[in-house]
Formats: sequence, C-alpha cells, structure tokens
Amino acid sequence: MSHKKFLLDYTLQLADDALIIGHRISEWCGHGPVLEQDIALTNTALDHLGRARSLYQYAAGQFNNLPAEEKKNIFTSVSLQQMVQAGDSINEDDLAYLRDGWDFRNVLLLEQPNIDWAYTVARSFFYDAFNYFFFSQLKLSKDESLSAVAEKSLKEVTYHLRWSSEWVVRLGDGTEESHKRIQHAVNELWAYTGEMFTMNETDTIMLQQGIGANLGEIKPLWMERVKAVFEDATINIPDGLWMQQGGKEGRHSEHLGYILAELQFMQRAYPGMEW
Amino acid sequence: MSNTNKNEWPLWEVFIRSKAGLDHKHAGSLHAADAEMAIENARDVYTRRMEGVSIWVVESKFIHASDPGEAESLYDPANDKIYRHPTFYNLPDEVKYM
Repeated sequence: MSHKKFLLDYTLQLADDALIIGHRISEWCGHGPVLEQDIALTNTALDHLGRARSLYQYAAGQFNNLPAEEKKNIFTSVSLQQMVQAGDSINEDDLAYLRDGWDFRNVLLLEQPNIDWAYTVARSFFYDAFNYFFFSQLKLSKDESLSAVAEKSLKEVTYHLRWSSEWVVRLGDGTEESHKRIQHAVNELWAYTGEMFTMNETDTIMLQQGIGANLGEIKPLWMERVKAVFEDATINIPDGLWMQQGGKEGRHSEHLGYILAELQFMQRAYPGMEW
Repeated sequence: MSNTNKNEWPLWEVFIRSKAGLDHKHAGSLHAADAEMAIENARDVYTRRMEGVSIWVVESKFIHASDPGEAESLYDPANDKIYRHPTFYNLPDEVKYM
C-alpha cells in the first residue's frame, strides 16, 4: 500500500466518523425534547456534516489522483467499481452515498442508536471530549488540508464539548430518574470508547509522517476530562476494561446497515439525482 | 420527578449585540433550565446566521414593564415638545447609528 493510500484511508476514517455521528444526531431533528434543544442538536449535526463534506472532498481529490491500477482495490462497492472501470472521477457524494458498510471506517461508538436523551448525551460527550484533544493535535499536522479542517473544527468541537458536558452534569446531578438513565447509558456505551484510541496501521503510519495525531497521548487527557465531568455529575466510571472494536477496519454492528439504508436510499434508487 | 416537562423551565428574554459598538437589542425569548443553558439556547436559536457577537439573557420574571393603560399620560405629553429634538444640527454622513 502506498503512502498516498494511507492518507486517503486516514481522511476517510475522519470523514466517516463525522458523517455517521452527524447523521445520528440529525435523527433528533423535529424530535427534540424542547424546541431550543432540537435546534441545538440540529446545529451540531450540521457542524459534523460540514466537516464530513470538507473531508470527503479532500478524499475524493486524493482518490482521483491515484494511479488507475491502485484505484481498483480500494472500494468494494459495485457502483464505485463501475466508475473506476469507466475511468470516471468520483466526488464527495459518491463517497458518502455509494460505499457499502464494510468500506466505512467510523468507530462503533458513533453508529450506536440514540435510544433516549441520556444515550445521545453520553455518546456525544465521549466523542466530543475525544475530538477536542484530537483536533488540538491535528491542527499541527504537516498536511495542510487536515490542519485547516482541524482548526475550523476545534472551534465547533469546543462548543459541542461544553454542551454535552453540561448535559452530563445536568442529568447526573439532576433527578433520581435522570441520574439512573445517564449512568445506564454510560455503562452501556463504555465498551465502545476504547476504539477511539486504538492505533491501527493507518494511524501509526500517519503519526510517523507527522500527519496524524498520537491517540495514545490523547487517551489520558480524555480520561482526565471524563473523570472531572463525571465527578461533577456524580456518575461512576464503569469497571469494564474489555473494549469493542472493529469499526476502523470496516467490521460494524448491525446499526450501520440501517443508517446507510436510510442515508443512501435516494442516491441508490435514483442515481445522480439532485435537489 | 415524573412530571418534569418543558413548562417547568423558566422563560428567558434574549438580547443580542449584532456587532461591536452597537447596543444589545431584544431578539426574543426562550425556555431554559438555567442561565448557562439560556445563553447556549440563545446562541443556537438566534445567532445561527451570524446575527450576533454578544448575548445577554435575563429571566423574564425580572423584567418590569410600563403599563400600556398608562401610555397616554406617560408618552403623549412629549408629543408637542419639538424643541427637545436637536433637528437644527446637520449630521455629517460619516456619523452612523445616531
């Protein structure tokens, strides 16, 4: 695998994380518990989708510049294979709407269903805290495009983390019922947090090249932040040390299939449609 | 507390400064559990299209308003006091927001 392929892979990991969490959060649109929080979540979803777009555009450009021979072995989806065979270039939409589940590289945490407000808040909090430290590092990337995305994202993520941290405290330190629910959500989602810090081959090579972030350095910072917020929220950190993983290698839970079925339906059924 | 619902969140009035140097103007109202949430809600509801650079919120119950029934006695007397308006000054075009 060439170095270019690793940069493409890395870009797609970040883009898929952004698209999948953005889609999950956007499912709250029109269903928020109060109007103001409905708008807050929709704003956040758009931040994530905006980041996904920038990254997919960058990834599509990288893909189009690969040698024809290398393009054949990157995506398995039939639609993209056909485009490669025909010599067509691809764009951001093709990456979001035409790849199959096993081509997606998002971590499993982000495809977990909303279930209730507490699950949604806990999932966002775990990811926002990670993102905050991650983009602080990625800002220093030698890759100018990733560095620019990181700089813009950091402002958004700082707000996301503020929002989700406050809600964790509000629920944890709230009523008996809200405390029970957020603690339950934290317990259930805990096993999905470890994958954010696993360094796969792509992460390792990108770190060596000064392009990617050092996830090992982020982990203790993340843990410190989580502990501080949980202390305010009177939430216990779960004991479990065993962590789920697979998303970054394309092995997903059944939830991703349902997300893609909804997300990709229009482009799959009516190829190339616009509105 | 099983009967928690949005009606228990107090109402807040939101004031937005659209850019540095201008006054905060009343933008509207919203529900929030506390001041922090009120500012965040105001940010999301009222500044999404770059309408603001600063937000004030105040719980609606702390606003004391004049009585519309007293409007005549309060405001009409100013009606015929044109000498209170500095209309004889020429305002240079460069002076904005007066």
